[in-house]
Amino acid sequence: MRADLAGWGRYPRHSGDVVTPHSAAALRAVQAGLDPYVARGAGRAYGDAGVGLEATVSMRALDRMRAFDSVNGLLTVEAGVTLEEIINVLLPRGWFAPAVPGTRFVTVGGMVAADVHGKNHHRTGGFGAHVASLALLTPQGELLTCSRSENSALFHATIGGMGLTGAIVEATLRMIPVETGWIRQRTVATKNLDSTLAALAKAEAEATYSVAWIDVTPGRRPVGRGVVFTGEHVLAAELPQGRQVFPRGRRSRVSIPVDLPEGILNRWSVGAFNRLYHGRAALLGNADLVPWDAYFFPLDAIGDWNRMYGRGGFLQHQCVVPAAAGREVVAEILDRVAAAGCAPFLAVLKSLGAGVGDMSFPMPGLTLALDLRVTAQTLRLLDELDRVVVAAGGRLYLAKDARQSPDTFRAGYLGLTRFETLRREIGAAGRLASQMSSRLAIQ
Amino acid sequence: MTTASSVLIIGGASDIGRATALIYAGHGWKVTLAGRNLAECGRIADDIAVRSGQRPDVVELDVLRTDRFTAFVEAFPEAPDTIVCAAGLLGDQARDQCDPNRAAVTLRSNFEGPALLLGAFASAMAARGHGVIVGISSVAGERGRASNYVYGAAKAGFSAFLSGLRHSLVRQGVCVITVKPGFVRTKMTAQMTLPRGLTAEPAEVARAIFKADQAKRPGSLYVRPVWRPIMTIIRMLPEPVFLRMRL
Ligand SMILES: Cc1cc2nc3c(=O)[nH]c(=O)nc-3n(C[C@H](O)[C@H](O)[C@H](O)COP(=O)(O)OP(=O)(O)OC[C@H]3O[C@@H](n4cnc5c(N)ncnc54)[C@H](O)[C@@H]3O)c2cc1C
Ligand SMILES: NC(=O)c1ccc[n+]([C@@H]2O[C@H](COP(=O)([O-])OP(=O)(O)OC[C@H]3O[C@@H](n4cnc5c(N)ncnc54)[C@H](OP(=O)(O)O)[C@@H]3O)[C@@H](O)[C@H]2O)c1
Repeated sequence: MRADLAGWGRYPRHSGDVVTPHSAAALRAVQAGLDPYVARGAGRAYGDAGVGLEATVSMRALDRMRAFDSVNGLLTVEAGVTLEEIINVLLPRGWFAPAVPGTRFVTVGGMVAADVHGKNHHRTGGFGAHVASLALLTPQGELLTCSRSENSALFHATIGGMGLTGAIVEATLRMIPVETGWIRQRTVATKNLDSTLAALAKAEAEATYSVAWIDVTPGRRPVGRGVVFTGEHVLAAELPQGRQVFPRGRRSRVSIPVDLPEGILNRWSVGAFNRLYHGRAALLGNADLVPWDAYFFPLDAIGDWNRMYGRGGFLQHQCVVPAAAGREVVAEILDRVAAAGCAPFLAVLKSLGAGVGDMSFPMPGLTLALDLRVTAQTLRLLDELDRVVVAAGGRLYLAKDARQSPDTFRAGYLGLTRFETLRREIGAAGRLASQMSSRLAIQ
Repeated sequence: MTTASSVLIIGGASDIGRATALIYAGHGWKVTLAGRNLAECGRIADDIAVRSGQRPDVVELDVLRTDRFTAFVEAFPEAPDTIVCAAGLLGDQARDQCDPNRAAVTLRSNFEGPALLLGAFASAMAARGHGVIVGISSVAGERGRASNYVYGAAKAGFSAFLSGLRHSLVRQGVCVITVKPGFVRTKMTAQMTLPRGLTAEPAEVARAIFKADQAKRPGSLYVRPVWRPIMTIIRMLPEPVFLRMRL
């Protein structure tokens, strides 16, 4: 079927063929006849990673849970199963996912392919670190088991490999035991970038989950004031009487029904939001018990929130830079964004550890993410920011990218040569391609 | 402590059948999936086992093999409390209308097979004095249309059969329910562009089935209420007007 496809940012859009196989056998049969294609999960990557160059294989119908070993917490699922389903099924039995992105509407295939990181990356690594094994359908039609001991090169290329080594059909994951579905959240309001970084470093040393949110209101000096959030799983004994131990996830009650006019998220409305938020955090300060969905997935409460940015779509710029350069790069980026006057809605800062895949985004250092509406001005600004990132030895997250240049990409991803060699060996070069891999000239 | 109720899903590998099986399993029912593709039924049984903690049984069944129905029914020590028939085949109207053999498969898969099989279980249920039979028919059976009248005719036959079965069993404690789901997003309709507001998810159909089973109200139902006025209008259109429409 022909369809118009884009990522979560709704920029860029491409039209292409979409097929939806309903079993591994059907997938194998259909992929043999496809032109350059890539697998797609829930389409939550922001840019063009989940859009095939010619064809796109939707993995959503491979959505069976296969087995759960409740002694070791090992869950085997098909790649189209979503994080939401996993939490709904396993949290009531006392298990949670070892790493989660900021939305639960993603598939297991997508989380593996992007080696997604959560607020605990500095502690326990990303999603890939908790994958015990994968079943991968190579472009030659072989269904291979990949793990740290079997086909390990392919395993490490597939984690973070953005679908470019084949279609992940199944994955076996190590879940973590939890006693409740509640998180104890602490918030610290900070005055400037140095105090934010200091509070974040302290939070990371002490807490399981940590992240900083930075106020990017144009004209606000000094830049970098913000709120640092930490979180801990609440133990059963700590839960006040009368609370449901495993609260059910709430689906969005409100949603953005239409594309908002482009001007609504302007510098004043964002600034007002930021002032409110900072003020609230300064008041709260102390600990707060929050249900898992509100803590990990606050944006899931608003359906289709990507429409807030209007028809033209939006971009997320997420970079990571080595720890040593971290402070300077973040300061420079915040300065340039403030000077440009196009206020992002979100600016999120945290530390990452190493990733497990050859093409994984995380490296030990600081990561900063900004959401911006697509305009010519934004595109120019982001090119400037890329130069800052590259000079510091950093890179951009492929799951968020829709516009970086092949040079920026090559400078950041040092595992690329090995990745491309492996792609030639398994017959992926020329057969597996997304709009992103073509844009970035990945062979 | 009473023993768990049991449900047999005919067409256990269907997307609607899968969603239905999951709801029943979640409510503690003992589920049996019957289908012609055992591997697919097994894949669904594994999924339901992880999600609900209970693994359904899987049995082989081809609704075109009417000669085996008696043996199939007799293999059950006791008729299930509920039977849901989700087997069906959309067929390909353009090809069906020029190839009688293909048309026969569409007719038999949607009408003859399901009707005869449910009929075979009905007597056992009647003899026992209770049971629920849910047949998934279609709005396509309410008026033959150029775009799918082979499938539509088979569903019309199936609906009429269910209606008669309902009438004949109502005083023997057996409740027969006809479900007309409207459009549903499943592998049967994967190639079609479906209108948003009129299209249900399989889980929605499954919830409607389970609810109707619990209510034990014999009759016919649409899953989404909008279908009632739509189908009323389509049924009432005078033939000359209908003939000028493209549907
Ligand atoms: C609100 C929001 C918050 C987010 N927060 C975070 C965050 O905190 N941390 C983080 O790391 N990410 C985050 N993300 C990004 C998101 O987690 C990743 O983009 C993830 O890959 C999306 O999964 P998906 O199923 O939607 O995959 P898609 O977007 O459909 O695809 C993403 C990539 O995975 C590949 N892929 C998908 N399925 C398969 C498969 N079965 N086999 C092979 N390749 C496959 C695709 O080819 C593509 O390259 C966020 C996204 C949103 C919208
Ligand atoms: N989807 C819709 O929009 C829609 C609308 C109205 C009514 N319905 C009806 O809903 C029911 C379920 O369909 P669905 O949408 O869930 O589609 P589906 O997933 O394609 O299910 C149809 C099932 O029928 C099975 N089947 C076909 N021929 C069979 C045979 N000879 N023996 C045994 N099983 C057979 C198929 O088995 P295999 O898996 O082995 O092929 C398949 O599992 C069908 O009766 C359909 O007509 C669907």
